[in-house]
Amino acid sequence: MTEDKFKHEEDLFCSGHRACPGCGAALTSKLVTEATGPQTILSMPTGCMEVTTTPYPESAWGISWIHNIFENSAAVAGGIETAYRSFDKRNKEGYMNHEDVNFVVLAGDGATFDIGIRSLSGMMERGHDVLYICYDNEAYMNTGIQRSSSTPIGAATTTSPAGKESFGEDVHKKDMPSIAAAHGLEYVATASVAYPEDFKKKVEKALEIEGPKYIQIFAPCPRGWRHESKNSIEIARLVVETGLYPIFEMENGKITNVKKLKDRKPVEEYLKVQGRFKHLFEKEGGEEVLEELQKIADSNAEKIGIDKE
Amino acid sequence: MAKMMTGYNAVAEAVKACNPDVIPAYPITPQTDIVERISEMVADGELTSEYVRVDSEFNAASTALGASAAGARIFTATSSQGLKLMSEPLFSASGMRLPLVLAIANRSLSAPLSIWGDHTDTFAERDGGMIQFYAEDVQEAMDNVAMAYRVAEDKDISLPALSCLDGFILTHVQEKVDPFTQKEMKEFLPEREPIHTLDPSDPISMGAYARPEHWTETRYEVHRAVNKAKDKIGKAVKEFADVFGREYGLEHSGLLETYRAEDADVILVALGSVCGTMRYVVDEYRDKGEKVGMVRPRVYRPFPVKEINKVLEDAEAIAVLEKDVSLGYQGGLAIDIKSALYSNGSRIPILNFIVGLAGRDVTKDNLRNIVEQTKELRGKKPEDVDFGDEERWEPLRTELLPGDEE
Amino acid sequence: MTEDPYEDLKISKGAVVKPRTTLVNKTGSWRSEKPIIDHEKCIACGNCEKFCPDMAVKETEEGKFEIDLEYCKGCGICAEECPVKAIIMEEEEK
Repeated sequence: MTEDKFKHEEDLFCSGHRACPGCGAALTSKLVTEATGPQTILSMPTGCMEVTTTPYPESAWGISWIHNIFENSAAVAGGIETAYRSFDKRNKEGYMNHEDVNFVVLAGDGATFDIGIRSLSGMMERGHDVLYICYDNEAYMNTGIQRSSSTPIGAATTTSPAGKESFGEDVHKKDMPSIAAAHGLEYVATASVAYPEDFKKKVEKALEIEGPKYIQIFAPCPRGWRHESKNSIEIARLVVETGLYPIFEMENGKITNVKKLKDRKPVEEYLKVQGRFKHLFEKEGGEEVLEELQKIADSNAEKIGIDKE
Repeated sequence: MAKMMTGYNAVAEAVKACNPDVIPAYPITPQTDIVERISEMVADGELTSEYVRVDSEFNAASTALGASAAGARIFTATSSQGLKLMSEPLFSASGMRLPLVLAIANRSLSAPLSIWGDHTDTFAERDGGMIQFYAEDVQEAMDNVAMAYRVAEDKDISLPALSCLDGFILTHVQEKVDPFTQKEMKEFLPEREPIHTLDPSDPISMGAYARPEHWTETRYEVHRAVNKAKDKIGKAVKEFADVFGREYGLEHSGLLETYRAEDADVILVALGSVCGTMRYVVDEYRDKGEKVGMVRPRVYRPFPVKEINKVLEDAEAIAVLEKDVSLGYQGGLAIDIKSALYSNGSRIPILNFIVGLAGRDVTKDNLRNIVEQTKELRGKKPEDVDFGDEERWEPLRTELLPGDEE
Repeated sequence: MTEDPYEDLKISKGAVVKPRTTLVNKTGSWRSEKPIIDHEKCIACGNCEKFCPDMAVKETEEGKFEIDLEYCKGCGICAEECPVKAIIMEEEEK
C-alpha cells in the first residue's frame, strides 16, 4: 500500500495511470487538474488519456470525469453545462451553482481537429460556458501513430510514412486556434508542456471568462515521435524556441500576448532529435521539406511577432 | 376535456407536462413539428426547459447524454437518418445507464431517400439497449411519452427509451385526445432521482473502458435492466390507468394489446398505426363468422416473449406484418415471434409480410389478401408449408422488377 | 491508504468508477532506470515534481523532494530538467 508520506490521495490526477513514460498528455492532465481544482467536471473523448486513465474498475481522476465516445466530448460538456444552468434556474436541490463549477474538455488532436470538430464548432457557436483544451501530440497515438490534420508537414506516421516517393506527411497542419477564434471566442491560447506555469495561468484566466474558451497545448509523445522519454520537455521547449509552435494568447480575435524569442533557433534543432523527422536529414530531397518547415517558422514569427527586436 | 390535436402537438403537450430540464433539438422530417411546437412553448414561457438548438442529431443525443449524466431530465426527438446519426451515443447511453427519452417519428432509411414512414429506423437500433414503445394512435403516442419517462428514469432501469409514432400517419393526423393536467402528471411521474451524477463534491468517473474480464458482465447487467423493464412497464401502465383512466393491455403487463384474439384461428400481428385498419378488417371477418384476431405489441424491446406466447399459442395460423425488413433475412418482428413460439414447442405456421415501406399505404385489400393467404395455412405444420421466399411482400409491384440480367 | 477496487468487485451500474483508484496499479515495475536525488546538490526548485507525468515526485513535510519508486516509470525527465544535475539515472538491477 502507498506510503502516506507521498500523499497521492490529495492529487486530482493520480499515479498508477498507464500512459507511457515521459508522456506529454499525462503531464498536461496533471497540470489541468492543478489549475482547475476540484470543482470541475471534465469531459474527455476516446484517446490515449481516456484508455490509460480509466481501465474499469480503476480511475486516475480525482475530479468528476466523463468519457462517452470519440467525437462528442464538446457536446457532452455543453449538455452538462446546460443542465447546471437549468438546475440554477429551477432551484434544483442537491446541485452546485453553475458559477461554482468549471466545465472543461480535455481532448487529443484527432478528437479536436478531425472527428470532433462538428461538436467543438457547435459548442463554441452556441456559447456554452466550457473550456476546451486540446493536448496536441500531432497524430492518432492511441491507435498507433496515424496522421491527423494536426500532423506537421514532413512527419512520418504509420499512415504517412517516409518512403521512396514520400517525405512523410505532405499537407500542412490545420490552424485550429484561428478556427476557434473565428467562432468569436473571447479567449484562445496556445501553450507547451515545457512551460507549466504559463499553461496553468492560461487555464485559470480562461476559467474566469464566461462562455467558450479554447487552449491548445503542445504535448510530446515519445513513442509516436520516436524520441527518448527524458527529452519530452526539451522538445516541447525547442518547438517554441524555433518558432514552429508559437505560444500566445488571442483575445477577441487579436493576439494580445506572445512568448517572445531573442535568438530564434533553426528548426533543425527541434527536428533532428525526433525519429519522425529523421528521413528529412538522411534522404535526398529532405532539405526541401526542411526549408518548407523553416519557412513556416519564419512566417509564424512574422505573423505573430515572435522575434524580440 | 378532449381536444383535437395532431400527433406532433400531442407529443409536445406530453413533453410539456413531463417538464424536462434540457431539450436539445434538431430538425428532420417528419419529426420537426414536435421540436417546433416545443420551441414555441419555450418562447412563450409556457415551458422553462433549456432549449438547445444543436448542430446535428449526433450532438442532440450527445448534449442529451451529457445533461442526463449531470442529473437532468431530458427530451429530444428525431426520425430516420437522424436516429442513425444518434446511434453511437445512444448505444453508449445504455451502457452508461443514462436515461434519455426520445420521441421517434418513424421514417424509412436511405437509400433511396424517402421522407415517408416505416419502422426501418428504430429496428436498426434494436440491439442498443433502448426501450422501444410503439403507438397505435395519437392518444397513445402522447401517453407513451409519460410512460417512457416513468420507466427510463426508474432507478432499476436507467436506460434510454424511444417512444415511436408513425411518421406522418400519426405525427400529422388530427385525432381527439385527452390532454394531461400538470396535477395528474405530478402524481404519475416523480422527479428524476439519478443513480449517479457528475456532482463535483462527490466525484466519480463515468464511461470507463472495460477489459475482456469485465466487459461481458457490464453488458449482461444492461441486458438484465432492459429485461427488468417489462415489470416496470407493467407497473407504469397500471398506475397510468389509475391516474389517467386510460388502459393499454393491462392484462398483458402493458406490453401488448389484443383485439378479438382470444378464440381466433388466424391472428395478425403488427406494430403501430396499421393496427387501426387491422381492427376494421378483423371486424369484417368476424361479421362473416370467421375467427380472425389481432395482436399488437406495444413494446418491441424488451421483447415480450412470455406474453406473445400466451396470446398466440392457440392460433392455427399467424401473419406477422411489419414495416421493416432485415435485408437478407425476413423482417425483425417475425424472426423474434418465430423464435418465441418455436422455442416454446409451438408448430403454428407463421407467415411474414413486409408491408407499408416508405409510406406505402397498407389498404384494407392488402390486409384481406394477407388474411386469405394465412387462412390457407390453418391446421398445417411449418414443415408442410411452402414458404417460397421466406417472407412475402404485400404488395410487391413485380411489373417494376427488372429481373436478372442474362 | 489506497482503496483496492478489485477487492470484492461487483459491477457498478453503468460501470462507474471511484476516483483515484489507479493508485493500486504500481507502475514502478515498468522502470529500467531509477532516478536518485542527491539531496546535497538539490536546491529544492521543484522542477522534478513540476514536470513528472506520473505524480511520482513529491515534496515531503521536511521540504525535501523525494521520488516514490512505487509509481516512478523511470522516464528520466526529472534528471534532464534538474538545473543543478542533482538527479542521476541508475540502471535497475534485473
